[in-house]
Amino acid sequence: MNTTYAVLSEGLEKRFGAVHALRGLDLAVPQGTVCGLLGPNGAGKTTAVRLLTTLLRPDAGSARVAGHDLVREAAAVRRRIGVTGQYASVDGDLTGRQNLRLFARLHRVRGPAGRADELLEQLGLTEAADRRASTYSGGMRRRLDLAASLIRQPDVLFLDEPTTGLDPASRTRIWEAVRELQTDGTTVLLTTQYLEEADQLADHIALVDRGQVAHTGSPAELKALIGSYAEAVVAHADGLPDAAAVLDQLTGSAPVFDHERGAVGAVTTDPTLTLPRLVRELDAAGVPLLDVSLRPPTLDDVFLRLTGEPADSKELAA
Amino acid sequence: MSALAHDGLAMAGRQLRRVRNTPGLTVLTQLMPVNMLLFFGYVYGSALAMPGREYRSFLVPGLLVATAAGGLMTGMFQAAADTHRGVMDRFRTMPVSRAAVPLGQAFADLVVTALGTVPLLLVGLAVGWRIEGSALAAAGAVGLLLLFRFACTCAGIFLGLLTRSEDAAGQLGASSFVLPLLSNAYIPTGNLPGWLRTLAEWNPISAVTTALRKLFGNASVPGDSAWPVAHPVAGALLWSLVLTAVFLPLAVQRYAHGEG
Repeated sequence: MNTTYAVLSEGLEKRFGAVHALRGLDLAVPQGTVCGLLGPNGAGKTTAVRLLTTLLRPDAGSARVAGHDLVREAAAVRRRIGVTGQYASVDGDLTGRQNLRLFARLHRVRGPAGRADELLEQLGLTEAADRRASTYSGGMRRRLDLAASLIRQPDVLFLDEPTTGLDPASRTRIWEAVRELQTDGTTVLLTTQYLEEADQLADHIALVDRGQVAHTGSPAELKALIGSYAEAVVAHADGLPDAAAVLDQLTGSAPVFDHERGAVGAVTTDPTLTLPRLVRELDAAGVPLLDVSLRPPTLDDVFLRLTGEPADSKELAA
Repeated sequence: MSALAHDGLAMAGRQLRRVRNTPGLTVLTQLMPVNMLLFFGYVYGSALAMPGREYRSFLVPGLLVATAAGGLMTGMFQAAADTHRGVMDRFRTMPVSRAAVPLGQAFADLVVTALGTVPLLLVGLAVGWRIEGSALAAAGAVGLLLLFRFACTCAGIFLGLLTRSEDAAGQLGASSFVLPLLSNAYIPTGNLPGWLRTLAEWNPISAVTTALRKLFGNASVPGDSAWPVAHPVAGALLWSLVLTAVFLPLAVQRYAHGEG
């Protein structure tokens, strides 16, 4: 069976003066899937999205979005995509309803008023529909942004950091909307600085680093690449060498000490190493255990390992 | 072409709706020239050689044109704000006719300008200004005024798309206040030193102002002026057409091109 790609780019390059923002970006997003674009600040995620949504022209390379050439058939691409992000925004001086009616009219939707009402209802904005968008809270604003990109169900939806700065309830609401869209067959390309978000939503992830795709895979595959982290916390410092010896033997990787917490840990890629086995072995060796954990790696760990940089400096500070 | 008309109307509708949504701002903008008429008309009017009432009749066309030249500022600020806040990018990712966004904004602005001159004309009538020529000539004056406004708005939209920053647009806009000061909008240019007079009379505002004064029958054309002022109707028409022909395509191209 042939895979159809909703987004397929080859060797996309973009320079801004001396800055080489994209150095040959190859991306393949199968139709109907959610792809998470992850990378440190300045890696080129936003430039990639701006190129793929026709806002920028590539200096080299080519891409097809929703089956159309990005440069030669830009108008056709624009009819099939939706964009929600930090930059593509709604008009704060118009009410939510006026915004959606305007976009519906521009999309040549029959009955723009009705479509606007449907979307307001669907995203829980009916009550605020007649207030100016500039008075909306961050979460409401983001939902209005999302509604604006769903006027005509897009073939490909670009979400650029859709939930940055939102409270958990608003975030969950946006996530639900994205999952619903995927069920309806829309392909989603998502950039995010929340690794949890990519973990929750994305079928596969493309790690972007220095203007290129450094790794791709499902969240599980990327995590398997890194392995889990087995850790023991001991009651007395005397127990640390024994604990380290057990971990060394079980995982085959060098133990890492955290003397302040009285902890020692090691990375493992062995699927047969389970938590009960870890506890039994440590206990059998007479280690005075306070706590044991076998933590699957977060995408943060994946990031740190694969690109040598934290996912996002803001993420660390938060 | 019908796509352009459809999208242009939608865009113009957007601009008119936002004007309706922000009535305070609109009232403030329109009070400005009325205040200037009262301030200049009575303060300067009593210090000039020209009798007060005559000066106020002289001033009304000047203020109409100075206000029209403000299209440069409003066009620029609006386009810069839309760019800065990401509204332009939303339109750019949508199947919208490329010329519709600048054109829609400029046409909506004409409607607002046409309505906005009414308070100034009413206060003008109250302080002694009159239409002293034919109704047809007066209609021609209004036509020229709107054509000039359109040209200024196009130039403003282009500059706004270029600067992209609301702050920069605000600063540039504020400094555009001097443009009518360097023209015959508020004072006769006859007594200016030679080079300054030439500069002032080649200012498009001077040609349009003189054309309005002529068509409203408020003042005769000064004899030894530079060509655009000596032939004010042709001068005003040409200035407006040339500015539009230069800046409208630039604005459309700039909108379509985005950041590259």
